[in-house]
Amino acid sequence: MEILTKVYAKTLADWSADKPEVVVFSADLTSSVEADIFKAKYPERFFSMGLTEQNMHSMAGGMAREGFFPYIHTFAVFIYRRAYDQICDSIAYPNMPVRMIGFLPGILTPGGITHQAIEDVAIMRALPNMTIFDIGDVTEIETCLDVIQAVQGPVYVRMLRGEVPRLFDKNEPFKFNTARHLTHGDDITLFSSGICTEEAMRATAILHERGVSINHLHISTLKPFTDPAVVEAAAQNKHGVITFENHSIIGGLGSSVAEVMAENGIGRKLVRLGLPDVFAHGASRPHLMKEYGLDALALTRAVEKLIGKDLNITESDLSAVRLQETHSAAKAEAL
Amino acid sequence: MSNQTQVKMESWQETAQRTAQNIRLRVLDHVLKNNGGYMSQACSSAELLSVLYTRVMNLGPSISPMIPPPFSGVPSKDNPNSFTGAGYNGAKAPHLDRFIFSPAHYALVLYSILIETGRMSPEGLEQFNQDGSTVEMIGAEHSPGCEVTSGSLAQALSQAAGIALARRLRGETGWVWVLLSDGELQEGQTWETLATLSAYRLDNVGIYVDVNGQQCDGTMQEVMNMEPLASKLEAFGARVFEVDGHDVEALAAPAALAPDGRPLVVLARTDACRGLDVMRARAPKFHYLRFTSEEERQSYQKVYQQMCANTEE
Repeated sequence: MEILTKVYAKTLADWSADKPEVVVFSADLTSSVEADIFKAKYPERFFSMGLTEQNMHSMAGGMAREGFFPYIHTFAVFIYRRAYDQICDSIAYPNMPVRMIGFLPGILTPGGITHQAIEDVAIMRALPNMTIFDIGDVTEIETCLDVIQAVQGPVYVRMLRGEVPRLFDKNEPFKFNTARHLTHGDDITLFSSGICTEEAMRATAILHERGVSINHLHISTLKPFTDPAVVEAAAQNKHGVITFENHSIIGGLGSSVAEVMAENGIGRKLVRLGLPDVFAHGASRPHLMKEYGLDALALTRAVEKLIGKDLNITESDLSAVRLQETHSAAKAEAL
Repeated sequence: MSNQTQVKMESWQETAQRTAQNIRLRVLDHVLKNNGGYMSQACSSAELLSVLYTRVMNLGPSISPMIPPPFSGVPSKDNPNSFTGAGYNGAKAPHLDRFIFSPAHYALVLYSILIETGRMSPEGLEQFNQDGSTVEMIGAEHSPGCEVTSGSLAQALSQAAGIALARRLRGETGWVWVLLSDGELQEGQTWETLATLSAYRLDNVGIYVDVNGQQCDGTMQEVMNMEPLASKLEAFGARVFEVDGHDVEALAAPAALAPDGRPLVVLARTDACRGLDVMRARAPKFHYLRFTSEEERQSYQKVYQQMCANTEE
């Protein structure tokens, strides 16, 4: 599997070349949020807003009223936690096409509680007019901007940066409100998002070897959440449904799937994997994924529990099916 | 009232003063009929809004119905009919000014100036605070004269800054005028915005602040003192003028100066009971006037009749 770096930075700069109406707002984290190439190429469309997140969001709303498309860039956590009131009144209520590109969602940052956006989807999902995307790989980074730009209203994106794997075929672009069907199976239905999809792919490979078939869908549009493929997949399994996300189990993908299942009368067991209603702390990504059950092993344990059978899958089994060699060279995320 | 016959050509100062007094009368009349309202805001900001609308701002004629339409739903991609109150301030054009109204609880005063300047019909005010109406008590962007939704204070100034930045990029010459209340200077976001306006040298923004020294809990002095305002604003890079907020010439003068790179801030020092001395008995709380007895209401009624008689003289 291919691992690429600074994919977003290059994609944004190339994509916006012929779009003078696209402007970038940054809150003192320009290279950390991969807006640096844009800044160098189009300084007249780049606006350094300093650490004024509240002002930055309202100002973006004002600018959007004039026909511009402000792309806000900062860490995910500083978008919804610092400026929620401004997002609500200045952006969401008037349905302004402001695009909030949030980096280091969930436990991707070692910055601890203050830097970890673990309930962002829950908060933003409750806002009327909001659209939410959760990016899962390089192909999605490369192809999401046209989809984002086509949305008539505000968009919140959980974006990936730094070294990112390509999980999906280059020729299968990001599609609005459309799940990616990764494996077919009838024992368990699995919905994963963001960085959890890579972990899930590792787990499903070995689960299939052990005779458990997983119907695995990758979800990249979290709102709206009306893809009929989700309803269909949730209903078709012998043992139940698992959701797997880099977010609190409250209010995110797990809650969305629960709502869809209940509304459609799908009486299946549902296991929500994610941060189990706890805050995380500052540590490396692999450490936190293990500690909070966001890794492939945690998923296999949940599967074993659902089917009522011990499959004797160990951590070394899972690392043996690791999909790429380059990945082990990936450095821990810095601030 | 506004429809009285003019016997001689008024000077702009006389027009502004007459219009201001008519705002007070109209708001007091409304408060008497509805047993309550934001009266002190009319007393303090009458000259300010009057000068903005009759002298300072270069607005086109209203492009919206004289009687505001009923509420047609919130903005969304599925609602093509959502209404904006901005049309009462005229069409948008590169050379024309824009007005961003921040203290949403001053809505009744704003509707009154729209009526006094022929942008809205007096009948429109009959819908005030009625269910299903756009003439809301706390204005939102569908309310006449409102371009943004500003009820959560300090957001309007930032939105105005965004509009001003966009207009600067497009090379437009019109100004963006903002009315602020002094209580909003307690919000951190206001200072974030002032720093940004200065950093980007957005001198196409003019901010008028109604410094009436009052907020919901009482005087600003007691609730959270923000003085000295002028030196604080200057420290943030603003071009500050402190004026008597009831002196129409002093209010209008700063707006006539050529821009110098700094955002303009006019601190209009006002009296929350100006023109309505009877209200002073309620000190220190003037935020919302609701009569506590028929006797009190009668005392205001008497003042109203006297004010009408004086106006007609």
